[in-house]
Amino acid sequence: MLLAVLSGFIVASFVPFAGKFLRGKWSFVLTLLPLILFIYFLSYLPAVSGNGTQLLSFNWVPSMGINFNFLVDGLSLLFALMITGIGTLVFLYTSAYMKGDAYLDRFYGYLCLFMGAMLGMVLSDNIFTLFVFWELTSISSFFLIGYNNENKESRKSALISLAVTGLGGFFLMAAFALMGYIAGTYSISEMMGSAAVLKEHGLYLLIVIFLFIAAFSKSAQYPLHFWLPGAMKAPTPVSTYLHSATMVKAGIYLLARFTPVLGHVAVWNNTLMIVGGFTMLYAAFHSIFKKDLKEILAYSTISALGMLVFLLGLGTSEALLAATVFIITHALYKATLFLVTGIIDHEAGTREIAALSGLRKVLLPVALAGLLAMLSNSGIPPSFGFVGKDLIYESTLGSEIGAAALTAVTVFTNILLLYASILVGVKPFAGPLPDAFSKVHLPDWRMWVPPLLLGSAGLILGLFPGVIEGSLISPALLSIDPSAPLFHLQLWHGFNTILGLSAVTIFGGILLYFFFKPSLRHDTWLEKLYKSSPKQVALQFSQHFRNFAAVWTRLIQNGYLRIYVLIIISFLTTLLAYKSFTQVVFYVDLSQISPLTSAELVVMTILIAAVIYVVYTPSRLSAVAAMGVIGYCICLIFVFYSAPDLAMTQFAIDTLTVILFILVLYRLPKYITYASWLIRLRDGLISLFFGALITILALEVLNEPTQKVTTQFYAANAYTLAKGKNVVNVILVDFRGIDTLIEITVLTISALGVFALLKLQLNKYDQEL
Amino acid sequence: MKQLIFKTATNFLLPLLLLFSIFILLRGHYLPGGGFLGGIIASIAFVLHAFAFGLRNTRRLLRVSPMVLMPVGLALAVFSAILPFLQGLPIMTGLWLSDPLPVIGLVGSALLFDLGVYIVVLGVALTIIFTISESV
Repeated sequence: MLLAVLSGFIVASFVPFAGKFLRGKWSFVLTLLPLILFIYFLSYLPAVSGNGTQLLSFNWVPSMGINFNFLVDGLSLLFALMITGIGTLVFLYTSAYMKGDAYLDRFYGYLCLFMGAMLGMVLSDNIFTLFVFWELTSISSFFLIGYNNENKESRKSALISLAVTGLGGFFLMAAFALMGYIAGTYSISEMMGSAAVLKEHGLYLLIVIFLFIAAFSKSAQYPLHFWLPGAMKAPTPVSTYLHSATMVKAGIYLLARFTPVLGHVAVWNNTLMIVGGFTMLYAAFHSIFKKDLKEILAYSTISALGMLVFLLGLGTSEALLAATVFIITHALYKATLFLVTGIIDHEAGTREIAALSGLRKVLLPVALAGLLAMLSNSGIPPSFGFVGKDLIYESTLGSEIGAAALTAVTVFTNILLLYASILVGVKPFAGPLPDAFSKVHLPDWRMWVPPLLLGSAGLILGLFPGVIEGSLISPALLSIDPSAPLFHLQLWHGFNTILGLSAVTIFGGILLYFFFKPSLRHDTWLEKLYKSSPKQVALQFSQHFRNFAAVWTRLIQNGYLRIYVLIIISFLTTLLAYKSFTQVVFYVDLSQISPLTSAELVVMTILIAAVIYVVYTPSRLSAVAAMGVIGYCICLIFVFYSAPDLAMTQFAIDTLTVILFILVLYRLPKYITYASWLIRLRDGLISLFFGALITILALEVLNEPTQKVTTQFYAANAYTLAKGKNVVNVILVDFRGIDTLIEITVLTISALGVFALLKLQLNKYDQEL
Repeated sequence: MKQLIFKTATNFLLPLLLLFSIFILLRGHYLPGGGFLGGIIASIAFVLHAFAFGLRNTRRLLRVSPMVLMPVGLALAVFSAILPFLQGLPIMTGLWLSDPLPVIGLVGSALLFDLGVYIVVLGVALTIIFTISESV
């Protein structure tokens, strides 16, 4: 199991080495990975349909309660199958769609990473591993959206989506930390037991708000939806995989997963209903005015996600069942439509809805796939979408509050969505074929088979819903709602209100298609709406934030090293002075100070003389030499107090520093006093204050009882545990070895920084010449 | 700075200082010393050489760019840290050979780690100093 989840990461790390191999005609080999995983997860199906959930644990950081615990239940299996199943088709599709791309191997690497992250997220039972994988999906999707990194728009979209989903990530972390703190466990399955405690806790509201922000940012709910249309800049396989079937469903997954823990509370249900309901209507409304196939799909996806949130908000067993079914239908038809759009874009070279028509004559299988997806999307019998739509109407009608209003909103949304699906699935293929497209030909089978498969799946499941009813949908529903009653999915319910509503939806959508034509008037009207949209607000905010950052940087980090030092020291002085004069009782215990020896006296005298010399000398070089003297004097003091390690290191470092100084100062002009006496006075005063404060602190430290436990532990165990007699070194390389490792990494980074800064300067100089 | 005495002295000082730095590195586990100090001393040796014979000659003497030393040292340190992990022990557990080697003494993963520190420090110090002296 651990291998299955991590395989995406493992494969991704080997992809760069097989770059040449994968860029060529062997690129489809990687399709095997999701395929194998798909079969692997299918093997869990029998166990899970018997309602046996499986918990598999692998220790990671057991001391902090962070472990790779994987929970295979209906919900996670449903998602895992979707991720790997659609993943297989997308991987296959990509090998033809992106054929000849210079960085195809890299693209596949990102896809593998993303798949691994997604799988890890849906299978995690530990909230912290869930969080880690959640963030990994954000990061890998950043690379995928910005894949065309030479396109400015593409980079910007990637950044916006990372910013929005990353923001959600912060809130998720906060929510999880609170939940873990209150429930006393980091395991989701154990949290089910403390659901009542969580719901009655004073922080419940805060948790829910944080969790909602996370879920809404990932699943593109109003007002955090705006990153999704922008993310359509990504290559079509990415849009298919991330933005229809998997990543955007992560938020839905999160809400569904925590419904048994936090749900069935008025705040939870009402918020989800309001936000989801508004989003589905808002996005569906926008989708019908869009002219680009992918943009239409983006908005209809947001709308579908809104509907899912809305259904989760309703919270009744029927609604949760409807949501489960709708997750499947939506993934099937939306992925199909995206793949179809990709083929149209690839072959006809445009996604403009107005320009496309008659393509069925040249792309028949694709047209068929589009039609099938449209049927499922519209809920026209006998597609699986029809089953799903019936369930949705059933649940809104059964709602306790405002059944009529909720049903009306849903019907209206569905009419708009139906219009959008006809626009994408049928419009490009209907009518006469323009001459411009006469040379369009059917692409490689690897491109048209996946959408056809997905499209047919929608139809087959509609005819035989029993195939997945007991095996997949029922366990999934039970993991969202453990008390759900038995149900039976069927295509034909007889003549009732629900059938009437379905008929209204279908005819409404078809009428809209024939009578509504977008016009210029709509455009100008939408333009006004756009100005106050959340995207504009967010962009304005980021613009102002950048301006503020620029001003702030100019103020604090203006490029003059002396100002930096001045600011750092005065800030530190103020902070320390405030702390030590308000909260510490100040006294000096002179009896603690050991008597001055003659050797110390000599060293001290030299030290003080050297300091005075540094301040007053007119020559830069002698100032450096005097600084060296100060350093060596400090070495001697270390020697007096039996710290040979420190002394030796200080000695070597001082030598190097003096050499460095001389190297830098060698070519500098002569010392000239630039600063006015006022500035010198200011600097002098700050230095004096700082020095005085450090002295006071040093005296103060003497009064504090030293913490002997750690010291004694190191001294006692240095030889027995680490076989070393030099305690300082044992601490460095053994007891606190990780610290040292990080320190040498920092050293490396700073050396690289120096190198980059100076070489960059050189290049600039060269260019000017 | 190109006096004869200085050059001649450096010719002798360089191997001596390098030997000394390795000595410091090896004794670190029992007596004052260690990888950090050893690395600094080694870099002082090379800087002296650069002063005496010019940077170009020092670079030729080193054969590899000091930049290369940094990742090598880091890799060594990381390797010594995960070595116990490969044997199923927690990361950074000290592993030791059962018998001391001649001259060097008891060898363990801590020495490997310290060697990594030594190489990183040498690489860092030389990179910074060489870069600065080339650009001023």
